[in-house]
Amino acid sequence: MSESVIEIKHLKKTFGENIVLKDIDFSISKGETVSVIGSSGSGKSTMLRCVNLLETPTGGEILFHGKNIQTELDISEYRAKVGMVFQSFNLFDNLNVLGNCMIGQTSVLGRDKKTAEAKAMEYLDKVGMTPYINAKPRQLSGGQKQRVAIARALAMDPEVILFDEPTSALDPEMVGEVLTVMKRLSESGMTMIVVTHEMAFARDVSDRVIFMNDGYICEQGTPEDVFGAPKREETKSFLSRFLNQ
Amino acid sequence: MSLFSDIAVVWSKYGTQILSGIGNTVLISIIGTLIGLVIGLFNGVIRTMPTAKNPLARGAMKIVNWIINAYVEVFRGTPMMVQAMIIYWGYAYMNGGDSLPLIPAGIAIVSINTGAYITEIVRGGIISIDRGQFEGAMSIGMTHFSTMIHIIIPQVMRNILPSVSNEFVVNIKDTSVLNVIGVTELYFYAASAAKNSYKIFASYLIACAIYFCLTFTVTRILRFIEKKIEGKANYTVFGSQSDSTAEIHLNKEETANV
Repeated sequence: MSESVIEIKHLKKTFGENIVLKDIDFSISKGETVSVIGSSGSGKSTMLRCVNLLETPTGGEILFHGKNIQTELDISEYRAKVGMVFQSFNLFDNLNVLGNCMIGQTSVLGRDKKTAEAKAMEYLDKVGMTPYINAKPRQLSGGQKQRVAIARALAMDPEVILFDEPTSALDPEMVGEVLTVMKRLSESGMTMIVVTHEMAFARDVSDRVIFMNDGYICEQGTPEDVFGAPKREETKSFLSRFLNQ
Repeated sequence: MSLFSDIAVVWSKYGTQILSGIGNTVLISIIGTLIGLVIGLFNGVIRTMPTAKNPLARGAMKIVNWIINAYVEVFRGTPMMVQAMIIYWGYAYMNGGDSLPLIPAGIAIVSINTGAYITEIVRGGIISIDRGQFEGAMSIGMTHFSTMIHIIIPQVMRNILPSVSNEFVVNIKDTSVLNVIGVTELYFYAASAAKNSYKIFASYLIACAIYFCLTFTVTRILRFIEKKIEGKANYTVFGSQSDSTAEIHLNKEETANV
């Protein structure tokens, strides 16, 4: 087992009276792709947003290479190392495709324009978006936007990328192009946490599957175990609802 | 005597003087609006800062926010004509009769007044920006300040430009109240032409026509700028359209110790 990059210990999150995360414990190793599945409202997205501190945890701690991300690390530096891809893309509307992939590099990493542009072009090429570098986000399709968003995250040279339901807002015909990019990324050795409703992706691409239910991690294991021989009743009923559609 | 000959008489006698007032009207309203915009943007950025963890910083932010709110309420809630009198004569009162130079005083009054309105316009502009824009920036580690400069303000500017244009037009007209402290702008000269020629109707008709020409030109120019900011509707596609199945290779060292 290689070293763990992110370690989550007894993570809790409440929104007022509503307890979303009750006690979450898990860690992810370098190069691993972990899929997080579960029904809506189970806390998957909240957990992921806590990892990037878009939500402040109510309790517990999150360690990045053994260091507490809230107390021992600079939030800006940490976020630069942990990329995030959103369900709603969140590309910068005022910048074109190239600008979207450069702004973080120049303003956060302090790279000069030339280096940033070369880096941006490199990753835009990898997601097949080089022809569109001058387009504004509103001129792109959902699948194209999400590929740019992945390139934007990659251009920061992150150690981990978090995917928050990256295909949920896409038309069915565009889901494939985004999943293909993610699959290649996983194969290339990127460390990824993917919150998803794409069961085929979770089964075929990830190294480990985490099933969340009601603010807890209900079951986790290899895709073969979780999908092939689920141990918990909750997992079985969730999977049967999903797979029999 | 007909109205036309009245106008001709006033124009031939006082025309040059009235026209010379245009310069100050335009100068005060342009600079006043621009400074007001800067004040508004600055206040907007300060007001939307995330709450600090440090209690001392949080307390300081509360005080600053209170000051900004008080500023907006006071200057939005009183007439600019009264503000002009208070600032101008208040300064003279406190400095033993020394008065402010007129043009800078006029610019200051218009700036402060416009700043109060634009602070609110900017606040509305920032609220209207999708939360996702902030989160996208946060997720790559951008700070509040740099998010504002590179991502939010450019979008806010585009959204608030019609309202700011409106403020500019209002300012062209409202600089006329500065005549109460003796600023020699368009209205000041029109009024003095009316007084000296006894042709009151004709004098103010001329002023009215000039004001309208000014505001109409300005709205056209601003509309043009809005269109420019909107940007091109099309974009160039480069090279052949590569597809999403293109291979992804990360840097060697990243994959080495997997």
